[in-house]
Amino acid sequence: MQTLLRTPLHDRHVALGARMVPFVGWEMPVQYAGVIPEHRAVRTDAGVFDVSHMGEIEVEGPRARELLQSLLSNDLDRIGPGRAQYTLLTNEHGGIVDDLIVYELDPHRYFLIVNASNTQTVFAWLKEREVRGSEVSDRSSEYGLLAVQGPRAIERLGLPEAPAFTFDEGEVDGVPVMVNRTGYTGEAGCELLCAAEDAPGLWDAVVARGVVPCGLGARDTLRLEVCYPLHGNEITPETDPISAGLGWVCALDKEFTGASELRRIKEEGSARKLVAFVMEERAIPRGGMEIRGGGVVTSGSHSPMLDAGIGMGYVPVELSAPGTELTIDVRGRDRRARVVTKPIYRREES
Amino acid sequence: MAASESYPDDLRYHREHDWARIDGDEAVMGITWYAQDSLGELVHFEPPEVGATVEKDKPYAEVESVKAVSDVIAPLSGEVLEVNQQAVDAPETVNEEPYGDGWLVRIRVSEPSEADDLLDAAAYQALLREQ
Repeated sequence: MQTLLRTPLHDRHVALGARMVPFVGWEMPVQYAGVIPEHRAVRTDAGVFDVSHMGEIEVEGPRARELLQSLLSNDLDRIGPGRAQYTLLTNEHGGIVDDLIVYELDPHRYFLIVNASNTQTVFAWLKEREVRGSEVSDRSSEYGLLAVQGPRAIERLGLPEAPAFTFDEGEVDGVPVMVNRTGYTGEAGCELLCAAEDAPGLWDAVVARGVVPCGLGARDTLRLEVCYPLHGNEITPETDPISAGLGWVCALDKEFTGASELRRIKEEGSARKLVAFVMEERAIPRGGMEIRGGGVVTSGSHSPMLDAGIGMGYVPVELSAPGTELTIDVRGRDRRARVVTKPIYRREES
Repeated sequence: MAASESYPDDLRYHREHDWARIDGDEAVMGITWYAQDSLGELVHFEPPEVGATVEKDKPYAEVESVKAVSDVIAPLSGEVLEVNQQAVDAPETVNEEPYGDGWLVRIRVSEPSEADDLLDAAAYQALLREQ
């Protein structure tokens, strides 16, 4: 039997009565009070997620930037110190090894926050390609990471407003943190990076400020409503960013692993595309279900905001236009869905 | 609002976490408190059709939470007379009142002797303690 890893907040989750489940080798809270109330808390107020299982990789040295520019799809020249960028680590076929956020601490020092499932892969990938003058280190065990998300997240934390994809040093009730204006829910908020030993105190402080503890269940429904891809579902080493709708994070005017292949795919056009859809009949789509006409569901669930089944999946290009009716094989029953413009859920403008 | 844990004495229980309330040659069936608690908030109930035949120990419907889908096992055999539309329209009713408004189907029992195989509330709770 494999021993599951635990985050520094494991005791806090158990004390709160969380339902703990195995997730990519970690024992993680899937829910506390329930997926739906947690989801609603993030859409209407603020919720906190323990995402300490995610990996932190540091790349340092005079050639750190050069190394990352040659391996990551997005262009670091678009950002500078104090700014963050969503980007992809691609393989020679243009497939997606991982999607991650890179933080530029200074031109010689970068932080990569990567999917927990891919930490070892990404670290090994970078380490193998390290050049003299670029030091790659896995610092995952040194940090705790809390995502605090929702329209009232920043106010509840007592932090100043700041633009998305920036970061700065700060503190929450005396705990020193790096405040990253990033997230995976489609809401305002931040991700707080702290020393692993400070994580329990930071969690307590955040919860004491009225932020609702949320598990991986709500994290998944929140990201699906706003059509953020999940590595392993929508994007994998076998899928390319052009078909996945991630061409906007591929700087095809620079050289990086797989760039020439991606230029070819863009030139020739993808045969299939990743679409978002909403069920038109009562049914909940799930990953792996067939979409009639040659497609497949990559993620599916119930949308608490729409109170309907929603999902994403790959379909042949001719079925990809918004408004197209799809038929999904839901365990032997054909159920109708309709392709919608991403995101599936959008906050009503106030 | 989730119900608090209970296993009424007037019901018969199937070890797959289903219950039957037998009344003459008819029975109302549903899932137990333990089943709904294990699944979490239900968001979909896929019922059988009225007139369909259900067979003891076999799946006759599906219930889904946000995270998972589960077969519902028939505690008794018979013909479906009625589907609880409230459980279809508002599946959370099953969480709120698993033995009341959250019932799933009403059947005409075809093999009354099958009830002898079912557990009473005390035996079902003893089974839960073993899990």
